[in-house]
Amino acid sequence: MAQRLSDGRLHLQHGPIDLVILGSEAQYERASLRFGTVLEELVAELPLLRTPVGAAYPLARGKVARRMIAAVWPHRAVFVTPMAAVAGAVADEILEAMQPKGKAYVNNGGDIAVHLPAGESFDAGIVNDLLRPRVDATIRLQESCGVATSGWRGRSHSLGVADAVTVVAQDAAAADAAATLVANAVTAEHPAIRRLPARALKEDSDLGDLPVTVEVGPLPPHIVRAALDAGVKVADAMRARGLIRAAYLALQNRTTAVIPEVHFPALGRST
Amino acid sequence: MRDPEDAPESTAPLTGDVIRCDACPVLCRIRIGQTGACDRYANQEGKLVRLDPLLVLERGCGGKAVPFLEPGKPWDGKLVAPFVTGIGATTTYPDYKPAPFIVSSKVEGVDMVTVVTEGIFSYCGLKVKIDTDRFLGPEQAAVRLAGEQIGHVTTAEYGSQMLSLGGVRHLTGGSKKEGNVTCDALLKLANKETVEVQIDGGSSVRLQAGAAPVVNGEQEERMRVGCGSATIGIFAQQWHGHCDEVIVVDDHITGVLTEHQAGRFLDMRPAGIRVRGRKSTPGRYFKVAEPGMGWGGTDITEPLSIIEKIDPKTAWPGMRLLMVSTTGEDAEWFVLDKDLKPQKAEMPAPVRNVVERIAENCEPALCTVLFMGGAGGSLRAGVTENPVRLTRSVRDSITRVTCGGAPVYVWPGGGITVMVDVLAMPDKSFGYVPTPALVLPIEFTLPLEQYAAIGGHMGHVVSLQQVLETTSWRSA
Repeated sequence: MAQRLSDGRLHLQHGPIDLVILGSEAQYERASLRFGTVLEELVAELPLLRTPVGAAYPLARGKVARRMIAAVWPHRAVFVTPMAAVAGAVADEILEAMQPKGKAYVNNGGDIAVHLPAGESFDAGIVNDLLRPRVDATIRLQESCGVATSGWRGRSHSLGVADAVTVVAQDAAAADAAATLVANAVTAEHPAIRRLPARALKEDSDLGDLPVTVEVGPLPPHIVRAALDAGVKVADAMRARGLIRAAYLALQNRTTAVIPEVHFPALGRST
Repeated sequence: MRDPEDAPESTAPLTGDVIRCDACPVLCRIRIGQTGACDRYANQEGKLVRLDPLLVLERGCGGKAVPFLEPGKPWDGKLVAPFVTGIGATTTYPDYKPAPFIVSSKVEGVDMVTVVTEGIFSYCGLKVKIDTDRFLGPEQAAVRLAGEQIGHVTTAEYGSQMLSLGGVRHLTGGSKKEGNVTCDALLKLANKETVEVQIDGGSSVRLQAGAAPVVNGEQEERMRVGCGSATIGIFAQQWHGHCDEVIVVDDHITGVLTEHQAGRFLDMRPAGIRVRGRKSTPGRYFKVAEPGMGWGGTDITEPLSIIEKIDPKTAWPGMRLLMVSTTGEDAEWFVLDKDLKPQKAEMPAPVRNVVERIAENCEPALCTVLFMGGAGGSLRAGVTENPVRLTRSVRDSITRVTCGGAPVYVWPGGGITVMVDVLAMPDKSFGYVPTPALVLPIEFTLPLEQYAAIGGHMGHVVSLQQVLETTSWRSA
């Protein structure tokens, strides 16, 4: 399904993939053309893509699938399947197919591939809590990259309790995988946290019977701090390895960032 | 690494409560109560249903949508549970509303359900805050309209008198007339209209949310800057050198500068003027007069009447005395003559400036109205088959409650008792039924998954598009 939004952007949707695209008319044509077969290509290799990455580098045929595998491969020391990067990889693939010259982006349900020529910038807003949507922080991007956000409230299940972990990386697939794993690392044991086996929520989940977070009640401050610290440790290690450029972590009104390019304009407001 | 052939979907057989969604090539297997990878399709009791970006209309008992009952329209007296004019749901996906929600969809993509109902509140009332220190009536005094008691004067708060109006006892516990008059007053005030009430043993007060209160025909201009003692503390430095004594008249605490800590700090000479009332701490006096419509919320119009005595051993001829109220609205300047009698004189400009500054620092007096009502009863059945789960979901901050889109405060403890500023709600938000009870919009917003989890009426969830196409509606 393809349609134009009232502001002119292109909206492409097929099954679980939802893209909002900014670009030129010619680029929209190229994006639509490429989008036509993306889902089928992925479905053809779903069993492989839902399998945790282990000692051997998985060999996939599809280009999007290969992007997914490349993005999660550096993280194989922890449990991760290529599905952790699917949204970002689709965004990257469409953006590349567009052959953008000027400012362009492909937003795949929150995982965004951004093309920025020199001198242009892109401001991304971060909403910590979808129940109380407001821009809690903004990230100004000044070169082509990918941005992705993960959290337990998101559509993809999380092992962690973070409200939002936003990651900037060289492309959207890398950001997607990293955001998923940092969000998984923001974790704690507390009676206010309820988890269920992933498969109890989604029969086909690539997370199998791993416990995923379904409810996070109010947590005491020391638990919040410890959980965020655990996430920051993982994010810092990723940054040291050059896997990500920046990360922003939010949990119950407490936020932290691993680099100083993140601004927090609206923190401290109570709801 | 696991062999791809062992991946779950290739081995697990389809059982009775798992269906295969064929809406897209992913071909998700969806168990009963679950959604597919897209969160757009779900397995509801073995059937594949589309959930989607939504807003739902649930029908009232007669099969028709019931907005507000028109005045005079017969009412069967039943508080029918799913008295719901609209169930709405929206999505953070950009499908239907790209711009405003793109930010949220950038972060996470959760389908949201908003259950929009118009609730009938038989347990409800208004808390009215009137920014004045003037005497409106004794605590617990009846507040009346057309002779009927519709509420009472409750405990005073900072710079304000408080009325508690309505509540189930006046609405349905008294005579039929009392109930109707109360309901009418609540309805008008909640819809930001004017109501003039009489207080037993006190004043007549014209109330309107967001407007200055009018007490006995006189419009209240501003709140006091603080009590008399606070006023002394704020302005002592500015009076120093221009006055020998300042008495700030206030119904709660009257301040006397040279005795007050602020005056001592400035090494001011004791003036020897003793005011009436009961001394609290140095320079602070309770009950210098009775409450009333005079200076600083007292009954006095002649300020010298609060002076009990002037000590000839301490006071001196030519002493300069300022008497002022806590709003700066009333002020007089006196100079003591050779017999130590205060004589009125023209106020010097520097002193006048400080008096005006007191007035400047007083905020405009407003009458503000909070609606308070309980949504924890049968209303919940319009939302879910298992009402207590909605209560818990609200309690756990999973479900957000709004009234006409305005934020509410959910009172802790049992039930879903909310408070909302009527000024934050759209005009004409309130209606009534002849029970008598008020009717107002209330929305419960929660993620779609959670809506299913609390036993929501998933079968009644329809798309926003469908509602907009088939229902008459207006934008706020």
